[in-house]
Amino acid sequence: MKDALAAAAQESYGRIVATLIRVTGDWDLAEDCAQEALATALEKWPGEGVPANPGGWLMTVARNRAIDVLRRATVEQRKLREVLLLSAEAKESEEWDDDRLRLIFTCCHPALSLEARVALTLRTVCGVPTGEIARVFLVAEPTMTRRLTRAKTKISTANIPYRVPSGPALSERLPGVLAVIYLLFTRGYTNDGEPAFADEAIRLARLLRRLMPDQPEAAGLLALCLLQHSRRRARRDAAGHLLTLDQQDRTLWDHEAIASGLALLPTAGRGAYATQAHIAAEHTRSPADWPAIAGWYDRLVALQPTPVVRLNRAVAHGFAYGPARGLDLLAEARAGGALDGYAPATAAEAELTARLGDRIRAELLFRTAADETTSPAERHALLGRATEMEDA
Amino acid sequence: MKFMMFVCTDTEPETSEAGVPAIEQWVADTYDKGRAVMGERLAPATTATTVRVRGGELLLTDGPFAETTEVICGFDILECADLDEAIEIARSHPMAYHGRLELRAFDPLNL
Repeated sequence: MKDALAAAAQESYGRIVATLIRVTGDWDLAEDCAQEALATALEKWPGEGVPANPGGWLMTVARNRAIDVLRRATVEQRKLREVLLLSAEAKESEEWDDDRLRLIFTCCHPALSLEARVALTLRTVCGVPTGEIARVFLVAEPTMTRRLTRAKTKISTANIPYRVPSGPALSERLPGVLAVIYLLFTRGYTNDGEPAFADEAIRLARLLRRLMPDQPEAAGLLALCLLQHSRRRARRDAAGHLLTLDQQDRTLWDHEAIASGLALLPTAGRGAYATQAHIAAEHTRSPADWPAIAGWYDRLVALQPTPVVRLNRAVAHGFAYGPARGLDLLAEARAGGALDGYAPATAAEAELTARLGDRIRAELLFRTAADETTSPAERHALLGRATEMEDA
Repeated sequence: MKFMMFVCTDTEPETSEAGVPAIEQWVADTYDKGRAVMGERLAPATTATTVRVRGGELLLTDGPFAETTEVICGFDILECADLDEAIEIARSHPMAYHGRLELRAFDPLNL
């Protein structure tokens, strides 16, 4: 029963909120009514059984609740008329999907701060409780409540439109929406090494993919999330230490997620998310095809020429074409002091140097990297590598 | 609805002239289509006079109320359906490149 309710709730909350915002323009009313509907279901379903159409049932309860509230507030006549009209459109059709897309694009409007966009999307589209969002953002719940209120106030007073942009504006705005979803995916890893909101992010990515089938980057993002998420159970050892890909127990990988991710790749285009998804896909093969991975990194550097992407490309080239080539590219990535004091760069240089046979320099570099890292587990591993250099 | 668009200077303007629209073009596009009601350039901030009444006494200050490196040098009152439309108008203004524009929706007091 609880599972049935949780599933229906997850599925319905965002839709109900999205539809009620469209017809009333009132964000708080929409959220209150959606919550009220879920509370009513929790009360009634255990005794009466889950209705045949849980989503429709919840929408009807929420709608009736909105009508009650608006009837009491006589000034809200226009909103009331709109909600009364809603009864005619009981069909859970394209209209609902359109509403959810409108809600996502409005929550992710670039006139809101990035933090506000992420929090508002979690709260309004995914129905994540404010307290839970506050915990992941490391702020007190009242602070998060204020932040959400400020964002909603800005949407209404600055007159941010409730719609999906069209034409050239869509291609300008879509990357921002995808970035919020990817940030949701990567933000705040839990102790199990699992991103706290990964499931919500994947659900949103799936929704976006379904609602915007002609946008390849939506498929690219979904593929990337699925492929990264497929390794969630294998990421750490029993002691909680992060494992590299070749140390992971592959039987723990989620092979269904991998298959879904791989199936999306042909439609995912050649954007940044798709390119990272291709890299993640190559890593699911054993043995890894390093020249192929190096090729995808070349493409990623062309799209996102950041020092960290360049560093990863140097490592891939080091595996594909030998450590000397890797060190050359690493020196390029470090140009202008980028990556100075960045432990992963020093550790990569140490590994490449060790493979080149210069164990004395490699040992020194491992010790430097151990000084640079802030993670005790990583420091432990790096000092272990340094000792191996000594012993050889 | 109406938006106030403050036209401001910025300490880090666009250095390239490429693609910067001409102000005449912007005025024609915006005012001729009824998407702005009025606007003007303002005299330099150094010539501002700040007015306060405290304890029944008139206090005048020579200069703007806050000393900042970015100053308001003009304004336009836009007539737009929503913020997205206002952003479209603002981004095609030359001062979006040479300075910055601040959009604020009117919040009518209805007096």
